[in-house]
Amino acid sequence: MQTVTQRLANPTQFMELSARILPWVAAVAGLVIAYGLYLSFFDSPPDYQQGETVRIMYIHVPSAWVAMAAYALIAISAFGLLVFRHPLADVSAKAAAPLGAAFTFLALVTGSLWGRPTWGTYWVWDARLTSVLILFFLYLGLIALRSSIEDETLAAKLTAILALVGVVMLPVIKFSVEFGNTLHQGASVLKLGASKLDPAIELPLLVMAVGFTLMFVALHLKAMRNEILRRRVKALQMAEVERAQAGGLAAAE
Amino acid sequence: MDLGPHAAFIWSAYGVTALVIAGLIAWLILDGREQQRRLAELAARGVKRRSEP
Repeated sequence: MQTVTQRLANPTQFMELSARILPWVAAVAGLVIAYGLYLSFFDSPPDYQQGETVRIMYIHVPSAWVAMAAYALIAISAFGLLVFRHPLADVSAKAAAPLGAAFTFLALVTGSLWGRPTWGTYWVWDARLTSVLILFFLYLGLIALRSSIEDETLAAKLTAILALVGVVMLPVIKFSVEFGNTLHQGASVLKLGASKLDPAIELPLLVMAVGFTLMFVALHLKAMRNEILRRRVKALQMAEVERAQAGGLAAAE
Repeated sequence: MDLGPHAAFIWSAYGVTALVIAGLIAWLILDGREQQRRLAELAARGVKRRSEP
C-alpha cells in the first residue's frame, strides 16, 4: 500500500489527483475571499486610530503571510530535492517562485499605500520593510538563477542551494519588528498570549488569510501542473530529435 | 460607501491586488493551454517518449 507521499511522487498520479482537487480548492478559495471582502468592507468598523485605512490590512497581512509561506514551501521543496530526490520537489519549488514574488510585491505595495496615510511616508529603511524587500529580491534571484542555466538538473540543484541559504530571511522578517527602530507595528495575531486585535477586525483578517492561503494552494497546484506538462513537452521534443538523428545515421550507413 | 479622506489609498491597494492576482490567474490558464496545445501537436505527429516503442 502506497503512502500519499509515494503516490504524489508519481507525476502521472499527481496530475490525476490535482485535476480532481484543483476546481474544489479554487471554488472554496473564491467563496472564502468573497465572504472576507464582504466582512472587510461592510461588516467591520473603522479603527479608532487609523480610521478606514485599517481595511488595507485585510489584504496586506494575508499577502505578507503567503509571501513567507511560499518561501517556506520553496525551502522544504529544495530540501526534498537535495536530500530525498523527490521527483516533484523541483517542480514545486519552480512553480512557487513567481507566485511568492507576486505576493511579496503585493505586501510591499499595499504596505506602502497603508504607510502613507498612517505613518506619513510610503517607505522607511527599517528592519521589517528592508528584510521583506530582500525577500522580494531573493525570489527574483531564484527565478533569474534558474533561467540562466540551460541544464535543468544543475539549475534545480543550484536554485535549491540558494533557496536553503535564503531561508534565514524568514526569522529575520518575523523578528525584525522586535529589534531596532521601526514604524511597523509588532506581531498582533501570531504571538505568545492573546491576540491584540478586536474580534470585529480580527475576523475579516483571519477569513482573508484563509482565503489567500487557499488561493495560493490553487495557484501552486495549477503552476505545478503546467510545469509537469512543460517537462513532458520537452521530453517528447528531445525524443523526436534523437529519433530523427538515429534515422539519419541509419540512412547514411 | 464612504471610506473617508484616504479612500484613494484603500482603493489603490485593493486595485493593485486584484490586478496582480487576475494577472497570475490569466498567465497560469494561458500557459496551461499552451502546454496542452504543444502536447497535442506532438501527439498528432506521432512523437512518443523514449521508453515507448
